[in-house]
Amino acid sequence: MIHLPFSPILASGALGASQATATTPQINLHAVDYAILGIYILVVVGIGFVLKKYVKSASDFLTSGRSIPVWVTGLAFLSANLGAQEVIGMAASGAKYGIMTAHFYWVGAIPAMIFLAIFMMPFYYGSRARSVPEYLKLRFDEKTRGLNAIAFAVMTVASSGASLHALAALLHLLLKWDYNVSLIISSVVVLAYVLKGGLSSAIYTEVLQFFLIVLGFAPLVIIGLYDLGGWNGLVTSLTASKGPEFVHSWEYMGSTANPMGVEWFGMVFGLGFVLSFGYWCTDFLVVQRAMAAKSMGDARRTPIIGAVPKMLFPFIVILPGMIALGLMAKAGSNYTIPLGVTGATDYNLVIPSLIAYYLPTGMLGLALTALMASFMSGMAGNVTAFNTVWTYDIYQSYIAKGKSDAHYMWMAKFATVAGIVISVGFAYVAKNVNNIMDFLQLVFGFVNAPVFATFLLGMFWKRATGHGAFFGLLAGTICAMIFHGISSPVPLSAIGDGIPWVQGGWLGAKFGYSSSMAQNFWLAIIAWSFCFVITIGVSLATKRTKTDGELVGLVYSLTDKIKEEGEPLWKRPAVVGSVVLVVALILNIIFR
Amino acid sequence: MNFDLRLPIGILFSLFGIILVAFGVLTKGSEIYAKSLDHNINISWGSLLLLFGATMLTLALRARSK
Repeated sequence: MIHLPFSPILASGALGASQATATTPQINLHAVDYAILGIYILVVVGIGFVLKKYVKSASDFLTSGRSIPVWVTGLAFLSANLGAQEVIGMAASGAKYGIMTAHFYWVGAIPAMIFLAIFMMPFYYGSRARSVPEYLKLRFDEKTRGLNAIAFAVMTVASSGASLHALAALLHLLLKWDYNVSLIISSVVVLAYVLKGGLSSAIYTEVLQFFLIVLGFAPLVIIGLYDLGGWNGLVTSLTASKGPEFVHSWEYMGSTANPMGVEWFGMVFGLGFVLSFGYWCTDFLVVQRAMAAKSMGDARRTPIIGAVPKMLFPFIVILPGMIALGLMAKAGSNYTIPLGVTGATDYNLVIPSLIAYYLPTGMLGLALTALMASFMSGMAGNVTAFNTVWTYDIYQSYIAKGKSDAHYMWMAKFATVAGIVISVGFAYVAKNVNNIMDFLQLVFGFVNAPVFATFLLGMFWKRATGHGAFFGLLAGTICAMIFHGISSPVPLSAIGDGIPWVQGGWLGAKFGYSSSMAQNFWLAIIAWSFCFVITIGVSLATKRTKTDGELVGLVYSLTDKIKEEGEPLWKRPAVVGSVVLVVALILNIIFR
Repeated sequence: MNFDLRLPIGILFSLFGIILVAFGVLTKGSEIYAKSLDHNINISWGSLLLLFGATMLTLALRARSK
């Protein structure tokens, strides 16, 4: 999914494939647990109904009329990405790779979020574009926007469908709830509040869900750490049972001999730069939250406010995976991470199994509600990004120009319903067609890998042209495909009878990596570099179609710098952003 | 937009807190707490949620009365 770079293990399809085995935890809910879940649903739907009165135009519905306070947009910025892929996937990675998983945060997300805040937000917000594809239209041309908008629309709906499927499959597995009923109830709840209050409703509920996720999963970590003798106890236990590379994020990055199978350069450049900047700085799902802020200053502070809790999230989402490992090694615990049908460990069940192991009735309801909240916030985020891109970038641009606001409002609501209905359709496809989600994820990876090169050149090089951007993106995507075809996630000497084509090598493997993660990171690096070079080449060979005047507010060198001398230090994005970066650096050093 | 998110957050977590504490008191000494290392986590975590919810509610109501 779009979240791929941030959820290395959880192909949503893989979670869906989870089936009950002898080791699957069975959870029985009681009245008190249902009461908690019921109250949560009432409150989120209630928020939608209260916000309905503020929705008077299509722009209120789709962009919140730029009216939301900054602490709310900041936490929503974080929470929109905090879908199940994040919570369940990061715990899974914690169990598979140990503390190295924190690179997704302290090397990946944080620097990218700060870069967005300081350097890129002025162009998104200042251009008055209503979406990321619309920025591409203003900066480059119609075809570049079209390519980005259509790819994004398909990806968000598919992603939301995959998430729904994963939720329904998980509830069926743990609680024996009927798959269809889970699917319908979850989508109807999200539909109810998004359709009433639009983007505002999604953003406000995302913040509520943020608190619920933190307060619902934190007890698991506290009690788990207490059980294993604190952080030091966990480190001692993992060093003995799994090896020291599970408790050091940097010390074993000099070669590929570490759980991730990636050396430091591939990780820093591939994950830290290409994939993370590509996601956090260009994905409309998150950028949309910042664009809903009240002012330019608030829009720039949004990603920074989100970065503060983001920095601490490894303690809530990665630690459970490590705790699960510690618990398995503990004498007399009787705990194992459940096995899947193939007999291999099903890492996606780390969080559910720990919930079942540690939490009694009552707290159980809270944690399960938090789990459902994470699915819902991810889905609402996708749906609200989809309806905006569909209505403004596809419908208004190519299908029905110049209609009344009431007409677009109707279309936006229709797109919301349609987005959810198609998501449900995708969920059934994911359930019934083997590996379809692995395939889609692969295709999305090809499309996303080069995208940051286009934005970087667009914002910081005024000579970049529309043809350059369009053909650079196409070339990057094609290059990613070819690279996948000639590379393998295992060393060439270990290929043996060959590898399934979705993993690469379908053109004949010429390079082998030590893990699929290393292969992914290098694929991104190569695709990004091709896109970068080809965009420059084609731009120099073609005429500029936009004058300097038309690019004011869209390109760095032609836009007045934002004056922040009058602002107090703690409100200046560059100052606060630097502080956050220093803290992230310190975290890297502590857990090296 | 004249909407204070602290109000619904306050209501939600206060209710969660009250329910968990009440349930925790009713099930005091029950064997269900063997799981949570013989600690009545419903009472302790429920109190924390109640505190958080009540703080949010207070802030929201104070802002309203101004």
